[in-house]
Amino acid sequence: MSSRPVLEAVGISKRFAGVYANRDVSIDLHEGELLALIGPNGAGKSTLVNQLAGETASDAGTVAFRGEDITRLKSHARARLGVSRSFQVSALFDGLTVEHNLLLAVQVHEGHSFRFWKAVDRDDGLLEKAHDLARRFDLMDDLPTLAGALAHGEKRQLEVAMALAGDPAVLLLDEPMAGIGPGGSVELTRLLDSLKARHAILLIEHDMDAVFALADRVAVLDGGELIFCGDPQEVRRDEGVRRAYLGDT
Amino acid sequence: MADRLQLIRIVIVVVAGVGLAVLPWVAEAVGEGFVTYQVTRMLIYALAAVSLDLLVGYGGMVSLGHAAFFGLGAYVTAILSFHAGDGSNVIEWPFVIAGSNQALWLWVLSMLVSAVAALGIGAVCLRTTGIHFIMITLAFAQMLFFFFVSLEQYGGDDGLGFYGRNALPGLDVDNDTQFYYVCLVLLVVFVFIAHRLVRSRFGIVIRGARQNERRMHALGFPVFRYKLTMFVIAAAGAGLAGALMANQSEFVSPGLLHWTLSGQLLVMVILGGMGSLFGPVLGAFVFLVLEDVLVAYTEYWMVYFGPFLVLMVLFSRGGFWGFIKREGSE
Repeated sequence: MSSRPVLEAVGISKRFAGVYANRDVSIDLHEGELLALIGPNGAGKSTLVNQLAGETASDAGTVAFRGEDITRLKSHARARLGVSRSFQVSALFDGLTVEHNLLLAVQVHEGHSFRFWKAVDRDDGLLEKAHDLARRFDLMDDLPTLAGALAHGEKRQLEVAMALAGDPAVLLLDEPMAGIGPGGSVELTRLLDSLKARHAILLIEHDMDAVFALADRVAVLDGGELIFCGDPQEVRRDEGVRRAYLGDT
Repeated sequence: MADRLQLIRIVIVVVAGVGLAVLPWVAEAVGEGFVTYQVTRMLIYALAAVSLDLLVGYGGMVSLGHAAFFGLGAYVTAILSFHAGDGSNVIEWPFVIAGSNQALWLWVLSMLVSAVAALGIGAVCLRTTGIHFIMITLAFAQMLFFFFVSLEQYGGDDGLGFYGRNALPGLDVDNDTQFYYVCLVLLVVFVFIAHRLVRSRFGIVIRGARQNERRMHALGFPVFRYKLTMFVIAAAGAGLAGALMANQSEFVSPGLLHWTLSGQLLVMVILGGMGSLFGPVLGAFVFLVLEDVLVAYTEYWMVYFGPFLVLMVLFSRGGFWGFIKREGSE
């Protein structure tokens, strides 16, 4: 890991009503790597993703993208720079079709949307890109379905598909496999593996098989503090991690 | 099933369109010419309701101040027409605005003034959402209402009358039938523009923002400026409707900006069907026809209208238009 990190957070903290959700966390993400972020419930993993994505303002610390300070940038500005995220609880446009969900994800990278006349359904350039995404995530048959009417597993696929539109440099994936069952996990694991080459990925995941299969490095959060960050093989041996998380005595 | 409903929708729109196109002739033929005048009023409110639905139905911005832009548009046209009547200027410093009777100038100016007001008001209001948005739009509208109440030189509380409708080249809009067609054409044009708008890139951004603003931000959309643009477009539509309203009755009063009118416009939208373009037109007609009919029986017509509205909201979330819209469509 000698290269300059794509995304680098230095000493970021967040308090809610005086209680630290995250305290002085420093984390970096490099080109072509998948960093798995693990930790018990309430450890501050999602808060950390919110801070990196710019949804939650940090109380302290800085975030840099390719060496450029983005601490003060709002989430939409970060997203267009190339820091994309998915949500733990599917955050789709439930009342729009799958096709329009994907269109929106694609459209944001095609310049401004102050275009008032041409129908998006006749916009072949946009549709083609949306359909490419649908094909990669096996959603072609669901294009006319309302996102809210999808089965849970398909919602998770759409969730990740939308995060991937626009070919972001950084992907922050908040439990993409939550609740999709072993079959789906295997499939998604394979997909994420293929994405590593093109995107630097921060993956929050509880499924340890997936973590050890995919991760180049593992970071462990506990009580809002980063207690370990390093080689996946070492994390199994680390005493503190075992106590905090893996439940071994 | 879906195709059949679509067929029903097309049939309804065609029948309504043809019906509206021939209405003045029929009214004349059966000796009820005044119906044309009354339906003109419905067309104008329909235009205002469609513009409100762009905000509420498509943008999820429930405004209780839309009448402010309606009334503002009406006053702009009325004040300039009033000055045209006695040949005076509206203002002389820092520049001269002369009174005018030219529809093409006045109606565009009404839209512009409403749009500019919406730019300022929206920039403040859209920093809030939900119940706060409702309250703050209401507050701004009431401020404008009291501004016109206190505007003594233009009649204040009593309102402002002017003589003769605005001049349109080649037409005689003082003739109720011709004015009817002008309003009908403007409504059709506005609905068509709105139809294109909500299906465009801009439109889908607005609809996405209504569904899930957080995700819009995460995707990279600066949502605020899109919502503000929609707020301005809707206000311009209301401003045009106001200009027509002033012409219809050759009179304006602060009542055109009152929050009860904002409420009525909302009722029309909900009754007809939010998030559709023909729904609000339908809603405006049903509302005003029912009002006319019920008022003939009792001054307290709202006593009967209220329960009807409650039933509609309970049993059809999509209003009248919702009855003929397929489940699971956008």
